[in-house]
Amino acid sequence: MTSLPTSTQRKLGLVIDLDTCVGCHACVISCKGWNTENYGAPLSDQRPYGADPSGTFLNRVHSYEVQPESAPAQLVHFPKSCLHCEDAPCVTVCPTGASYKRVEDGIVLVNEADCIGCGLCAWACPYGAREMDAAEGVMKKCTLCVDRIYNENLPEEDRVPACVRTCPAGARHFGDFADPDSHVGQLTAARGGFDLMPEQGTKPVNKYLPPRPRDTLGQTNGLAPFLDPVAQESKGFVAWLDRALAAL
Amino acid sequence: MHPAPSVIIFTTLSGLGFGLLVWLGLGLLTPTGWVAFTFFTIAYLLAVGGLMASAFHLGHPERALKAFSQWRTSWLSREAWLSVAALIVMAIYGAGLVFWGAVWTPLGWLGAALCLGAVLTTSMIYTQMRTVPRWRTWLTPALFLALSLGGGALLAGQTTLALILLPVAAILQIAWWVRGDSALARSGTDLATATGLGDIGTPRAFEPPHTGTNYLTREFIHVVGRRHAQKLRAIAFALGYVLPILLLGLPLPHVAAALAVLSHIAGILASRWLFFAEAEHVVGLYYGKRT
Repeated sequence: MTSLPTSTQRKLGLVIDLDTCVGCHACVISCKGWNTENYGAPLSDQRPYGADPSGTFLNRVHSYEVQPESAPAQLVHFPKSCLHCEDAPCVTVCPTGASYKRVEDGIVLVNEADCIGCGLCAWACPYGAREMDAAEGVMKKCTLCVDRIYNENLPEEDRVPACVRTCPAGARHFGDFADPDSHVGQLTAARGGFDLMPEQGTKPVNKYLPPRPRDTLGQTNGLAPFLDPVAQESKGFVAWLDRALAAL
Repeated sequence: MHPAPSVIIFTTLSGLGFGLLVWLGLGLLTPTGWVAFTFFTIAYLLAVGGLMASAFHLGHPERALKAFSQWRTSWLSREAWLSVAALIVMAIYGAGLVFWGAVWTPLGWLGAALCLGAVLTTSMIYTQMRTVPRWRTWLTPALFLALSLGGGALLAGQTTLALILLPVAAILQIAWWVRGDSALARSGTDLATATGLGDIGTPRAFEPPHTGTNYLTREFIHVVGRRHAQKLRAIAFALGYVLPILLLGLPLPHVAAALAVLSHIAGILASRWLFFAEAEHVVGLYYGKRT
């Protein structure tokens, strides 16, 4: 049944640090690499070397410019994948029961053998986390690398989602949000982690950390006085040029 | 939203077919023999043809039977149940009329209720979407039901009923358009809430994740020019509502009725195209396409 569980034992998810993300898209590539050759149907590409290339991705990095009222504009790189919502609207609309939220860890998954490819779950998702694979005709979404995180054939440090493992900036963190003392719970509390589109009522598990406040123009460093020009009076040819130009 | 021909044809034709079946089931007209056969054939061609068209937009139509399993949560699953139930009940009722000239009234009423349920569940598939503010209003099921009943009355040759229901549908259509034009702005979802960056300043989409298109941009980000949309609305309104009402007043009943039906179908197809093409899915905000 595509009813949502009233509660899940654990709430596995990601913290994405918008202050740290450098927008390198490494998470996009590692996600595609891992998920195209493991769980479920491969993530196909259409005309990858043609004029109009397109393909299925479970994680994409947007970039936004934010213009504060009186400060220079900021550029924020913005990775986006499934937020594994507690109140996942994509699950309840599914007519076949292919979409479900796991009771044990809260991961939202698609049973591809049951998916009829109607696309309704993607309509219901406000975040664009689900993409229909054009080759397979089934819905693809982030599995939180369910085939890595419990995989005892992998070394322990690799038992995290591929995007988290690969991020060179340490902008992605994986853990259990049901435990407030967990790494992700503490990060969220300390940095003011927030939900995307809270008004949609989806109660996302994944949290985003806001960019830290930037320096502002006119804010001077304590060492600035030592940076004043040492020579105040010019001499020689430059001094003559200076006087000659001023006299014009 | 991408205006997929399969879904536009499905919602338009099935709505009409079920509308005709409602009036047949309620016994407003009780044709028998070949006349009944013709009426039921038209209704089933429209209703079943529409349902078949909708199956074409599935990635895996061969698994369609699985869609009957989740009626407890999914409007699409409920629609599957009610459409099939309506078609079976009305087939038995129709067989009574065609072969024995018998009017099994309770069965007809049950069938009519199931047909209305099928149209209602279709409309609820769209109405339930919080992600598409333009659809999320009681006006959506009201409009779908009014169009189904009005178009059905037109097909059933019930001139008086059609002359009452089509103006009602026309008013609902205008109300739906007017409300829809400000629905996204009033929904409270914008790029600031989508990115959570509103506390810093005004966000603007700077760079998309990739240079090409993807499933999301193709399926959810269909942008119609405003002038284009206004023209289409005028065409849809004239053909779907005004012309059929005028034609029903003409002296040649059969020719006028046939023209009225054709004009109505063409108008409603245009209106249904706009229903999808103008609908703004909030995921477009992430791609900077909703400002």
